[in-house]
Amino acid sequence: MASVAIGDVYKSFGATEILHGVSVGIDDGEFVTLVGPSGCGKSTLLRMIAGLEKISRGHISIGSRIVNDVAPKERDVAMVFQNYALYPHMTVAENMAFSLMLKGVPKAESDVGVKRAAEILGLVPLLSRYPRQLSGGQRQRVAMGRAIVRNPQVFLFDEPLSNLDAKLRVQMRAEIKELHQRLKTTTIYVTHDQIEAMTMADKIVVMHDGIVEQIGPPLELYDRPTNLFVASFIGSPAMNLLKGTFANDGAPSFRGAGGVSLPLPKPPSIGNGEAVVLGVRPEHLRLADDGIPVTVAVIEPTGSEVQIIGRTAGGEDIVANFRERHSFAPGETIRLSVEPGPIHLFHGETGRRIEAAR
Amino acid sequence: MAVPSVAVQRRPSILSRLAGSRNALGLGFMLPAAALLLVFLTYPLGLGVWLGFTDTRIGRPGIYIGIENYEYLWSDGVFWLSVFNTLLYTVSASILKFVLGLWLALILNEKLPFKSFFRAVVLLPWVVPTVLSAIAFWWIYDSQFSILSWALQQMGLIDHRINFLGDPTNARASVIAANVWRGIPFVAITLLAGLQTIPQSLYEAATLDGASRWQLFRHVTLPLLTPIIAITMTFSVLFTFTDFQLIYVLTRGGPVNATHLMATLSFQRGIAGGQLGEGAAIAVAMIPFLLAAILFSYFGLQRRRWQQGGGD
Repeated sequence: MASVAIGDVYKSFGATEILHGVSVGIDDGEFVTLVGPSGCGKSTLLRMIAGLEKISRGHISIGSRIVNDVAPKERDVAMVFQNYALYPHMTVAENMAFSLMLKGVPKAESDVGVKRAAEILGLVPLLSRYPRQLSGGQRQRVAMGRAIVRNPQVFLFDEPLSNLDAKLRVQMRAEIKELHQRLKTTTIYVTHDQIEAMTMADKIVVMHDGIVEQIGPPLELYDRPTNLFVASFIGSPAMNLLKGTFANDGAPSFRGAGGVSLPLPKPPSIGNGEAVVLGVRPEHLRLADDGIPVTVAVIEPTGSEVQIIGRTAGGEDIVANFRERHSFAPGETIRLSVEPGPIHLFHGETGRRIEAAR
Repeated sequence: MAVPSVAVQRRPSILSRLAGSRNALGLGFMLPAAALLLVFLTYPLGLGVWLGFTDTRIGRPGIYIGIENYEYLWSDGVFWLSVFNTLLYTVSASILKFVLGLWLALILNEKLPFKSFFRAVVLLPWVVPTVLSAIAFWWIYDSQFSILSWALQQMGLIDHRINFLGDPTNARASVIAANVWRGIPFVAITLLAGLQTIPQSLYEAATLDGASRWQLFRHVTLPLLTPIIAITMTFSVLFTFTDFQLIYVLTRGGPVNATHLMATLSFQRGIAGGQLGEGAAIAVAMIPFLLAAILFSYFGLQRRRWQQGGGD
């Protein structure tokens, strides 16, 4: 096991710069997810840690060793690929033993290692099968088994669940997390699915267009997004974002399109009349007689809650979640107000979070 | 008034009934191909086999003489020499084509500048008509004007011209070399296509697993390429075994029959010598060898165990 440090790393493919200076510190035994939309550079960063891509500028170290010029096989990392990359002509056991075979580990010793990993993952009955004869979830497990057998310093996962169906994905998510709790190996996990990131990680790195937007524990990202990108990316359904201006005539308030007006809890550190974006999570909206009028467009009951998609007078979409089973009709106008605490305010131009004045 | 219309419905025209029947339609589509095969493959093959049992000569219909032609060939040294030549030619040329073709395919699969240009150039020997390239080789191997002899002499490596096609050993090596030159592109391009079906992530996974370049080739490339190798080499062996044009242009089987293949001997005896029956018998004698090659490929081509089982 080892810590990983990524120091001001740049990556260019020809003239195109993909990563513009990324720095992340990963502690020994930590489970870190790199999350972001497609093309944000998260997979490239992972492949650079693995040694499959050269580092254009900056440095990456594993443990106390800078690995920029260390060959992939010397880095002692194991990677689980999105398409699993199982060797189709080898049985499950041979796939898992391959790295040990290359190292020249005696057969008996390698069998013990394979058996141990197979037991952890419930693969014992499948050891003599070929990858083609396995289901998606089983292949996924073999790919993980191949990584475990090597007992590496760092596990790298590159969107490992995106080829699985929804139900299996949830199940494998829990299995991977449990596996990490058991093995305590430093893990870097790339995903575009923020729910995977939220549920599995000790620490999330949100990436966007080749830069790091925010690093922090899942709930911190959820509760205090530092900018509009993180606010809109983390959380499902996404945070409601209303454009408007800040007004401070006596009591601080938010003025949005279509006459929307909301009182703000504490006077934020911002001037009168400045453009702001107000963010509020769907679960923090509640029905109130003095709230913003919203026309109900779609009602989505999920069983545990009811999700309402509505439109404000200013024409902005707004999503609200209720644990109560309200029965609204489409076209009906309801009034929503915001619970005072969890309001997020962002700068209208920079998108940065505005902290409330103390 | 309704009666006639019912009758029409009950008896659609024969044409529309045929168009509606899957079997009739299938037969209709198959017929042209089947006719071509019957007329141009099955009939000549059958005729050849029949001629092999007769003493037909050009201009004189023969009579059935049983296996007399084969008995004669059995005791004919030239025939056995041609069998030996054919096997030597096929085996050495195929091995060389495989090794060099695979090597070329591996090089072309790397990231090279002007990759598509090189890939196109490699195909040239295969595209040029055999007779043309054979004539070019005829010049290269010429006893007086050989550019090879000239170049080697200029470099001071030899002091007299090489007798490429006049000496039995040299002649055999020369025709094999020409055949290899012509056959490499086919092997290289098909194997290249096979190489490109191997997912890059397997190489990356194996690299992380600690494989060296040789181990990548030995444990990833080669096993995943075997199905393609089996197909390619089957075709290559069949083409080589039945080669005619190259030999006929370069040596016509000489010197002293040293490069006579079964195909050229069959032509020489059957057409040039007029002994149609005997020529046909030699051609028919190739069939067991070709069948053996096809059987070999049949077992070689069978899906390996790792290729079986559920889809993706």
